[in-house]
Amino acid sequence: MEFIIKFAQTHETFRVAEIESLAVVEKLDLKIIEYDADSPVCVVQLPSVEDAKRLIKRSILAQSIHELWGQGLTLDELHESVKKNTPHLWPQYKMACFKFDMDAYRGAHTSKGRLAIINTFSYLPFEGPISLSKPNEVFTVFEQWKHNSVPLGIEFPDKIWMGRFLANSARDLVLKYDLKKRDYISTTSMDSELALITANISLAAPGKMFYDPFAGTGSFPIACAHFGAMTWGSDIDGRSMRGDGAKKSLYGNFEQYGLRAGFGDVFTSDMTNSPMRRVPMWDGIVADPPYGVREGLRVLGLKDPEKTPWLIEAGIKKGKDPDYVPPKKPYSFLAMLDDILVFASETLVENGRVSFWMPTANDEDQEIPMPTHPCLETVSVCVQAFYKWSRRLITYRRIPNREVSQAALEAYAARQKVVNTGTSADDLNPFRNGYFKGFKTDE
Amino acid sequence: MKVLTLNFLTCAVKACKSSPASHPLHPKDAELVQDELEVNPDMIVNVLPRLDWTALRTTSSELGFPPLPDQPPTAEELEADDKKLKDLHHLLLETSISEGKLVCGNCGHEYAVKEGIANFLLPSHLV
Ligand SMILES: C[S@@+](CC[C@H](N)C(=O)[O-])C[C@H]1O[C@@H](n2cnc3c(N)ncnc32)[C@H](O)[C@@H]1O
Repeated sequence: MEFIIKFAQTHETFRVAEIESLAVVEKLDLKIIEYDADSPVCVVQLPSVEDAKRLIKRSILAQSIHELWGQGLTLDELHESVKKNTPHLWPQYKMACFKFDMDAYRGAHTSKGRLAIINTFSYLPFEGPISLSKPNEVFTVFEQWKHNSVPLGIEFPDKIWMGRFLANSARDLVLKYDLKKRDYISTTSMDSELALITANISLAAPGKMFYDPFAGTGSFPIACAHFGAMTWGSDIDGRSMRGDGAKKSLYGNFEQYGLRAGFGDVFTSDMTNSPMRRVPMWDGIVADPPYGVREGLRVLGLKDPEKTPWLIEAGIKKGKDPDYVPPKKPYSFLAMLDDILVFASETLVENGRVSFWMPTANDEDQEIPMPTHPCLETVSVCVQAFYKWSRRLITYRRIPNREVSQAALEAYAARQKVVNTGTSADDLNPFRNGYFKGFKTDE
Repeated sequence: MKVLTLNFLTCAVKACKSSPASHPLHPKDAELVQDELEVNPDMIVNVLPRLDWTALRTTSSELGFPPLPDQPPTAEELEADDKKLKDLHHLLLETSISEGKLVCGNCGHEYAVKEGIANFLLPSHLV
């Protein structure tokens, strides 16, 4: 059977990644029949109406799903296709309380014009009452118009579909988890929409265990917990998770949303000196590592141990004091990306996913290469564009060991040996470099 | 910090990772809290093969729980025996260390736990 997915008009490059991930979560046999990033209408194939409802129920980027009744480049073609494909369905809706709707993307109709189009469907033998407020069945005519069709005086849409409404998505969660209404946030909290999408793409689901090694205020763990996963988080900055305590803390956020059951733990730790055992245990790893835009990325250690022996001494003497703050040194963003992949390859279960955010390029358009690892296969790359820069959400799947190429593993190990480890955050961080040169931001 | 989490962690010092003595970390002066949580059978069954059972037995006895069997229960056993499931749930997810220390059996380093949050940051000589 074919269905129409109507997407919200935002985050276009995330749409297919999200829908395909939800098909994996729900174990659905999904085929995308027709999709163009330029249009919010997507036609997919699924075995049943029930499957269509399951596919959409967690989606953030879809708005709704509809049983496809017909399509065409013109209204006449649409009618032909409805008459050819759906007569066997008509009797079911003979007495149904129904209405017709129009959804014209980039187009406009007068109410008279809408009515005229709707009336062209009068051949459908529907005898039930029409109800605009409480219909049991809604038939929607979707149109796709050219860009600027209204000022250009274009008369007809490029493409038309008609479908019977089946279900809404979970898009209202974006409001439920809106940062403006969250008790504890910081400047780097991930907005609710993208956090929820990240949770979907990384396949968060009941019974699964998820981890965010850069947890901060917990946006990702909360989104994953919403979808039923049990979640863990850590951060080099313990204060970012503790906040001011009680309501104003990462755990407070879990309580605010009634997600206590999805809270595993949080702890303070440097991603590059993690206490995590290296055995497969995570179903998913989600992260928004520091890009070093506002401050250089830091890890535990001394920048210049020879020049600062007293810092080592202080660590030996006072390392156990509860108030001792260990020194940190600059670190390369690229090295951190590699560290994340190595960590993921060692701690993800088979087919588990790691999803993380990284900048696409510095502002000189030097693309920051996507890190790779022989045990991880790229699932999707989604881009969020800002005014002067963009970032991408990259998702990998842990390939089962028996499918990993031994030669690739050896080559990778050899390459890791020669990767240099410099000391200045600027040398090591192409994004930060470009950002400061290009934008002349204060520092 | 939940008992389950403790089972996933070891000493943050890199040189300790390969030593069997670094796992599990040993609770010291630990204050325990019990937090009632709904049982999540799928999650427990899922986590079962990922546990280091021997380490869990050590932790459980160090925290004063009755001894665990030598072998972990199977998923079928847990599904058939509600009490077994609840006991394991209680130990893994409802029991946490709120205050105290976690000590590495290899290097002796102590990690502080405050308000349930453990701190694994290392001084420079251990990085
Ligand atoms: C972009 S923020 C993530 C924000 C988080 N997603 C949230 O919703 O609040 C990056 C976080 O990484 C943490 N961080 C920086 N360096 C780290 C390191 N070496 N290891 C672990 N966490 C680190 C920072 O303290 C910060 O909280």
